[in-house]
Amino acid sequence: MIHARGLTKTYTLKKTSVDAVRGVDLDVAAGQLVAFLGPNGAGKSTCLRMLTGLLPPTSGTARVAGHDVTTEAAAVRARIGYIGQKGGAGEAFRIGDELVTQGRCYGMTRRAARSRAEELLTVVGLDGLFARKPSTLSGGQRRRLDIALGLMNRPPLLFLDEPSTGLDPASRADIWSHILRLRADHGTTLFLTTHYLDEADAMAERVVVIDQGRIIADGTARGLKADLAGDRLTVTLHDPADTPRAAELAMGLPGAADVTRDGPKLTLRVAAADRALPEFLRALDAAGLKADTAESSRPTLDDVFLALTGRTIQDEDA
Amino acid sequence: MTFLRDTATIFTREFAPVWRDPLSLVFTMAQPLLFLYLFGPLLEKGTDTPGPAWQWFVPGILIMMCLSGPLMAGYFLLLDLIGGSMERLLVTPVSRTALLVGRTLKEFVVLLAQAVLIIGLAVPLGLDLHVPGVLTGLTLLVVFGIGLGGLSFLLAIVSAPGGELFYGVTQVVMFPLLLLSGVLLPVENGPGWLQVAAAANPVTYVVEAERALFAGRFLDAPVVWGASAAVVTALLGLHLARRRMARGL
Repeated sequence: MIHARGLTKTYTLKKTSVDAVRGVDLDVAAGQLVAFLGPNGAGKSTCLRMLTGLLPPTSGTARVAGHDVTTEAAAVRARIGYIGQKGGAGEAFRIGDELVTQGRCYGMTRRAARSRAEELLTVVGLDGLFARKPSTLSGGQRRRLDIALGLMNRPPLLFLDEPSTGLDPASRADIWSHILRLRADHGTTLFLTTHYLDEADAMAERVVVIDQGRIIADGTARGLKADLAGDRLTVTLHDPADTPRAAELAMGLPGAADVTRDGPKLTLRVAAADRALPEFLRALDAAGLKADTAESSRPTLDDVFLALTGRTIQDEDA
Repeated sequence: MTFLRDTATIFTREFAPVWRDPLSLVFTMAQPLLFLYLFGPLLEKGTDTPGPAWQWFVPGILIMMCLSGPLMAGYFLLLDLIGGSMERLLVTPVSRTALLVGRTLKEFVVLLAQAVLIIGLAVPLGLDLHVPGVLTGLTLLVVFGIGLGGLSFLLAIVSAPGGELFYGVTQVVMFPLLLLSGVLLPVENGPGWLQVAAAANPVTYVVEAERALFAGRFLDAPVVWGASAAVVTALLGLHLARRRMARGL
């Protein structure tokens, strides 16, 4: 669905050039749900805007939905949907009229656009609100309207830029149920950016991490966490004098790394905490060392980003 | 064909709010209406204006409307650019040029409707209706309006996403253009420097042309000058806006 090679965007801002995106290679197969992660200013939106033909790349190529974004822009546009960060409906217009306009822009007849608009309003739970203006809708309703606008042309590929940002937890869950249903019902390929790492973790089968305009990691959330961050074990020993011995034993665990001692407390990273923890406790027992507490924690995608860059994704949002 | 259809789509979108609420047309005309009723009668008694007062003043009001309407047309584009609706339209295969032409067409229709209304209201007050002159004058007016609309769109695109530039420039530019064009009072009575400034203002020529046409004079030098100013403004405005649009927003 998406094949990008060396995609690059350089802006000139006040006579200094800014490399927003530097040589992105990306392949997304049909039907995938890909979450594009990275801190603010990492190049996520710029990438999305290039893939949707909104922004011409400085260099590099991208084939999207079977066509080249620069030379066959119209063909790409006809086959994709895009739900931007900001609300898609103009404030002065009735929401039904905006949907019809959108359909007309895709070349639908007025009648076809009208019936598609009514159909989508029902799908997103806004039936009967055709004649309303966006200002009378709640935040969650507006976002559902944006989804409807992005679906007018029944796109096989849908781009979503921060689809759930700024919504309350119930609306977020609701938006996600719509997104996931699209995939289940129509096999739509979904490419989305999100700030919410827990969402990417739970929903996406593939996570692509971008930082400073480059892709720095690409894989399943589980795989990235196991490869790049690992689980964490924390064990408190009864006698602080035993920690050096315990640390030696810990080194023998599969995938053990970053063993640190702090008084009676021992922390380390392992590949799989669920297996390593019982094994470690048995080893301690066998060596005659007594542990008072033992806990394991699974890494988050933020730990992955931290391991890759030394920074957290949320750092730069403040 | 698709260009025409796209233009119709965008025009329909932009025009629908006016269509559903025609009174809004009158509200946006509040300023020219006030000038027509509260300022015009003052000129009628005075002897400063060359020729019959209404023949002289009504073209000025039309230009005033042309400056406030089309010059502010970019404001609505700016709102769409600041919100996400312009981006949403740009993702579709709709013609980029149609996005501008459709909007311009809406300004054209609104301006024409308002101008006809003003002329209709001015006739009972004492405006002599030279029909061919008035029709030509209206044509000139909308050509000029299209140009101003294009420049306003350009300004809006350049100002997005902040928009401060747009508000700043329109506020700073509109009143000097208006006052230095002799819309309200004849510039001929002003000091020399003001006359020089007025001569450098393209709006002055369009006003003079409108006055000649409304007086029934076609083959006047001011008509040629004014028509040239209007056509140049229209070509320049549309060309620059289109070119900026093609570079991507």
